[in-house]
Amino acid sequence: MEVFVQQLINGLTLGSIYGLIAIGYTMVFGIIGMVNFAHGDVFMVGGFVALLFFMVMTSWLGLGLVPALLIVLVLGMIITGLWNWTIERVAYRPLRGSFRLAPLISAIGMSILLSNLIQVVQGPRNKPVPPMFTDVLPLFEKNGYTVGIGYKQIVIMIVTAVMLAIFWYVVQKTSLGRAQRACEQDQKMAALLGINVDRTISLTFVMGAAMAAVAGVMYIMYYGVVNFSDGFVPGVKAFTAAVLGGIGSLPGAVIGGLLIGLIETMWSAYFSIDYKDVAAFSLLAITLVFLPTGLFGRPEVEKV
Amino acid sequence: MATVSETSSAAARPPVDVARAFKDAAFAALVMLGLSIPILSFRSEQNMNNQLVLAERWDAVAIACALVFVARLAGAWLWRERVGAARSKPLTMPAFMKPLAGPAGLALVVVYPMLMLAINGPQGSIKWIDNFGIQILIYVMLGWGLNIVVGLAGLLDLGYVAFYAVGAYSYAIIATKVIPATYPDLGVWAFWICLPISGLLAALWGIILGFPVLRLRGDYLAIVTLAFGEIIRLVLINWVEFSNGYAGISTIPRPSFFGIPFNASDKGFAAVFGLEFSPIYRTIFLFYVILILALMTAWVTLRLRRLPVGRAWEALREDEIACRSLGINTTTTKLTAFSIGAMFGGFAGCFFAARQGFISPESFVFLESAQILAIVVLGGMGSLFGVVVSSILLVGGIEILRELDFLKSIFGPGFDPTQYRMLLFGLAMVLMMLWKPRGLISSREPSVIHKESRSISGSLVKEGHG
Repeated sequence: MEVFVQQLINGLTLGSIYGLIAIGYTMVFGIIGMVNFAHGDVFMVGGFVALLFFMVMTSWLGLGLVPALLIVLVLGMIITGLWNWTIERVAYRPLRGSFRLAPLISAIGMSILLSNLIQVVQGPRNKPVPPMFTDVLPLFEKNGYTVGIGYKQIVIMIVTAVMLAIFWYVVQKTSLGRAQRACEQDQKMAALLGINVDRTISLTFVMGAAMAAVAGVMYIMYYGVVNFSDGFVPGVKAFTAAVLGGIGSLPGAVIGGLLIGLIETMWSAYFSIDYKDVAAFSLLAITLVFLPTGLFGRPEVEKV
Repeated sequence: MATVSETSSAAARPPVDVARAFKDAAFAALVMLGLSIPILSFRSEQNMNNQLVLAERWDAVAIACALVFVARLAGAWLWRERVGAARSKPLTMPAFMKPLAGPAGLALVVVYPMLMLAINGPQGSIKWIDNFGIQILIYVMLGWGLNIVVGLAGLLDLGYVAFYAVGAYSYAIIATKVIPATYPDLGVWAFWICLPISGLLAALWGIILGFPVLRLRGDYLAIVTLAFGEIIRLVLINWVEFSNGYAGISTIPRPSFFGIPFNASDKGFAAVFGLEFSPIYRTIFLFYVILILALMTAWVTLRLRRLPVGRAWEALREDEIACRSLGINTTTTKLTAFSIGAMFGGFAGCFFAARQGFISPESFVFLESAQILAIVVLGGMGSLFGVVVSSILLVGGIEILRELDFLKSIFGPGFDPTQYRMLLFGLAMVLMMLWKPRGLISSREPSVIHKESRSISGSLVKEGHG
């Protein structure tokens, strides 16, 4: 029981990070029907942007931890958004409406390009960050095992919840969100009604990247280390989360992320840590085979 | 002729709006400035206490922004849309060259090792035959194998490297563990015994992995195959008793010349044929083995396209619903495509293990799958010749970067061109897609001919839904 509760806390923390990344996948898939393969690497770029800004804020400007993190969060979202905006503009938009595989190959190329670009400009080694919020809040003790929740876990969950609330507000209540939902349903009709489809799609990429940037900040805070190759596996897991929740569905992406995080930590705790990625990937395959629409997805009706 | 076409194309181009071009270039440079903060402007380095310290690099940022500005400005003049001109014309050969191109190219490949031997001598030519010849041919073969799945049947497979790994590990484990324990006398024939076994095992895995994904289509199929590829790799890493984990399997027996080993002993290849011992003979032999394996793949593909199963694959790619209405069993059609494609991947994997003598899970990462898929798609899906062209460009291009030592004299001795290999590879993938989304060779010879043979544009060929 006590181990279970502890793993539940760890799993939800990890799942928050996956959920934030999964939003980028699910939104882009929803609006242009494309698996943005480079999204995991955009998340990794977000992690590096956060790392570098964090160091500028703390070691150069001498800011305290909390104001530094807040500034890093905002700047990271802007810069990572700009990265994804540029990627969409350069590598995906010219291929829109072309051969279906073309954007996928372009995205795979972009993913290779991004991770190797970071390797070249920042070096191949792991980048350690000084530990933050190291204190643990003990919750209860049972059989000599203290169940605790780390302050950084609390921070991650709160930040995720706040970001999701803002995000939900933007998608549900603003004109941009309405335009996005309209484009998702029917781009041609949306264009006829005066919605700038290109701009809406660009902003979708920016929003997805901003969420990935938040996930990047949370990632370096949680693990204290980031590497140029860290985009791929979290990227695939976040995609699994998006698929599990039903691709195209925003609450689905978050719930899928939490489920993936829980499954990964529970698997590591009760079975074998070596096979935790195998468990996540198998879950992806099983979901797609037996539940292709995911938990909250709409079934795809094929018209002849 | 040349002058006429030049003037006509120049006349068709709209004039450049100079003010707008400068504005665009300035905007692009501004975006670049934004992108380079902080990724390029700061570099994090570890100091003696293993703490990160920042180094500033504003000069690099300035160079990057200036480059983007100039490139965007030049682009305004160079990449004007030609009014009325057809976009991305397919590359076509002059008519008289067409029947000659295949045999001529083949002849060139066949004499290639001899040519290299004559130019570079036995020592210098190993690099050219091994790193260029064999390496490119392995990818040609993998590309042709994947082409059956992606190009003909239209099933997008992102985990093809799994079958390559199955083939390689089948050979490695049978040759290092099973054969020495059971029939040690057969050790010298290990490669020839294992080659068909590896292919069959890979085909079996093709069926096993193919079954659950039959219902999936398009991007979903791509992601599930990616997941399968990763699962096989992770199992190879973690199941140490079986595959020796990260450490990999070493001292894998090398192929023999039909029973005669390539070594310096009295019964070795050089002694039997009265030659002076040199490692080059094995390299040349391996070159011809992979050449024959690759040609076999191409031949089988060409023959299969004319058989009912091959026609069913192409019909499936064009329209799955129509296929089903016409009574084609889509399950067996998809499974045969998966398993035959996988079989060739298994052959290639067996050859790879025999050539390297050492394999580890590191060789079978997702990047390999992406690279093979990129070769197929960039070549122009379904085009055998296109696969050859894109393998030479992508694989040969990466290998040639190792040779560019003169760059060191330009950028200083610390410059290592191999560091930029994968960066340039990714960039090449993106740029080639933007330049020719349909692939390099986008004209097709239809498999089914009505009255007369005509090649058609690739844009008429569907890519399949999965």
